[in-house]
Amino acid sequence: MNKFWTIVGHTYFSRVKAKSFIITTAITLAIIIGFANISSIIDMFSSDEDSSESVLVIDESEGYGGYLEEGGLSEGTGIAFEKFEGTEEEAKEAVVSEEYDGLLVITTDENNLPEGEYYANRISETGEQTAVEETLQQLKVVVGTQQAGIDQETLETIYAPVSFQAEQLDDSARTAEEMNQSRGLVYAMLFVLYMTVVIYGQMIATDVATEKSSRVMELLISSAPPITHMFAKIIGIGLLGLTQIVILFGGGYFAIQANEDSMAGGFFDIMGLSNNDPAIYIYAIIFFILGYLLYATLAAMLGSLVSRIEDVNQLVMPMTMLIMIAFFIAIFGLGMPEATLITVTSYIPFFTPMIMFLRIGMLNIPIWEIGLSIGLLVLTIAAIGALAARVYKGGVLMYGKSGSLKDLKRAINLSKKE
Amino acid sequence: MLKLSNVTKQFGNHTAVNNLSLEIPESEMFGFLGGNGAGKTTTFRMILGLLDKTSGDITWQDGPISYNESHLIGYLPEERGLYPKLTVKEQIIYLGRLRGMKKQDILKKLDEWLERFKVPEYLDKKVQELSKGNQQKIQFISAVIHEPRLLILDEPFSGLDPVNVEMLKGAVKDLKNQGTSIVFSSHQMEHVEEMCQHICILQKGTPVVHGSLRDIKHSFGKKNLDIRGDFSTEYLKDFQGVASYKELPDGCALQIEDEQVAQNIFSSLQGKGFVRKFEIEEPSLNDIFIEKVGASYE
Repeated sequence: MNKFWTIVGHTYFSRVKAKSFIITTAITLAIIIGFANISSIIDMFSSDEDSSESVLVIDESEGYGGYLEEGGLSEGTGIAFEKFEGTEEEAKEAVVSEEYDGLLVITTDENNLPEGEYYANRISETGEQTAVEETLQQLKVVVGTQQAGIDQETLETIYAPVSFQAEQLDDSARTAEEMNQSRGLVYAMLFVLYMTVVIYGQMIATDVATEKSSRVMELLISSAPPITHMFAKIIGIGLLGLTQIVILFGGGYFAIQANEDSMAGGFFDIMGLSNNDPAIYIYAIIFFILGYLLYATLAAMLGSLVSRIEDVNQLVMPMTMLIMIAFFIAIFGLGMPEATLITVTSYIPFFTPMIMFLRIGMLNIPIWEIGLSIGLLVLTIAAIGALAARVYKGGVLMYGKSGSLKDLKRAINLSKKE
Repeated sequence: MLKLSNVTKQFGNHTAVNNLSLEIPESEMFGFLGGNGAGKTTTFRMILGLLDKTSGDITWQDGPISYNESHLIGYLPEERGLYPKLTVKEQIIYLGRLRGMKKQDILKKLDEWLERFKVPEYLDKKVQELSKGNQQKIQFISAVIHEPRLLILDEPFSGLDPVNVEMLKGAVKDLKNQGTSIVFSSHQMEHVEEMCQHICILQKGTPVVHGSLRDIKHSFGKKNLDIRGDFSTEYLKDFQGVASYKELPDGCALQIEDEQVAQNIFSSLQGKGFVRKFEIEEPSLNDIFIEKVGASYE
């Protein structure tokens, strides 16, 4: 047991102290904090600019321009409309010389409704053009309804959003609200598990292959049993992953908290990370750990088969494909968690950590179904662990041409008695 | 005492080690010889438990060897391997702790060993910055830092210059005198001849010669005869009892069946001319090895 922790410690600390780990984590954390503060950052860069645009108006209609002036329809659009008395040419010159941001010429069509022509130095620039168009649209509605004899109140009643409420009759299903709440959590868990398996699974396989190719492996397994070595490696890298996840999530959480007023409440609500049933967090942890163990064991087994680091990618490919398939099925399942495909795949151990968790999050699943899937998963981990231990024992002594799954058989033969 | 009884290892249809029995007492150095692929490394791996034997028994101090004894066993693998990116200190601390040592003890021992090998400045150097010979010294330290009672050295002196070979030999002899049982394999016969009391020569997994070096030489029977003189020795080629004849510029080197043949030759030399040298030598291990192992190549 002592040796186990020695290997865990060595695996963990030699990597945590590595420059590559510190730099990657720092950069990722910086990006996360950057995103959390994105609104402040944008404000910082745009604060020196005049936020309200000023647009000249030449009114060739029957006084519709009056609606646009202060306190009228322009309220809240961030655009100040200013009536211009001169000619169109003079107004355009004022725009060209950047005294004003644009020029709006209002005319009327055959139905006596307002029409506009907009001139600006750069049409694509910012959203002001859209804002002007929207204002003009509103003006047209106001004028049109007045002409039709509809008063303002009636108009507001018509435009008020329709009242619509969905209620389910089956009590066992999750309410739409609950589903939305857990969707964010499920998505976060899927993503984190996927990244963990891809990044750290690869790391385990590479680590094993490195020790093999530098031939230090023979020395290690003469000091400690290969099985101890393999699982210590899995746990060590797992702790490393946990460290990174805690740093990134912790950093992200505090960064968002610090911006509470601007976005936090809204963000956590949208992501469904507030007000969840505590049980779902426990399931998240269980499935995450089991999922990691399953794939990490696979990775260690595959890593023990190669003798050159260059061959690692080729051999972990099947594992990466499996987790990718699981991830894509799960993403599909976010939209329709009750599909048969989702139900069936949630019992396949390689997919269970993602898909069963998705079902738990999105639906009300009877406890025996969860228990069954966890049972199957644990059994598979035990079976893969036993197989991996055999392969590992032979594989780490096996050198020469490698890079295919055929070597599995060779490795098992090598670890056998005859 | 390390004891191997009737140990056999098969890989599929291929027999790597066939019915090998050995005994290695304490404070004894045992030489393990054999051509390439003779099964030496496989035997070592079975002793260490890295490979399971197909049949037979391996015991040490009357019990089986398991990982519980790993702090008493030192191993220098044939394929040298250290972490290239770790410093000598980190490396030895890790490997030493896996052998059940405490960090302070490791550092103390490591200083002593680096001092002894005259490379104290390597403590904080990365292994990949060291020359191959110096990596070898570090590798050797990793095998002996925990003062093992049983030390397995697979080709310990390959790739070293003569000065370093002497340095390592000295260290190995000291360990032997402190009571460590040492098994070592080598292609260089003179090392084995110089250091080992007992040897075993493996030929395709089967022991062809086994026993104390003196007995082996004695029972080998054949002797070397060196003759130098001012006359032609050609006629000795077909002399009865001469096993091999090698012409030299001023004489010849013969291999003869026994001492009687030497006497016959000595008599026949009378009147031939002036004899500068007439010497009977014990056969070298090299001769024995070539005879026993080389025979099957023919």
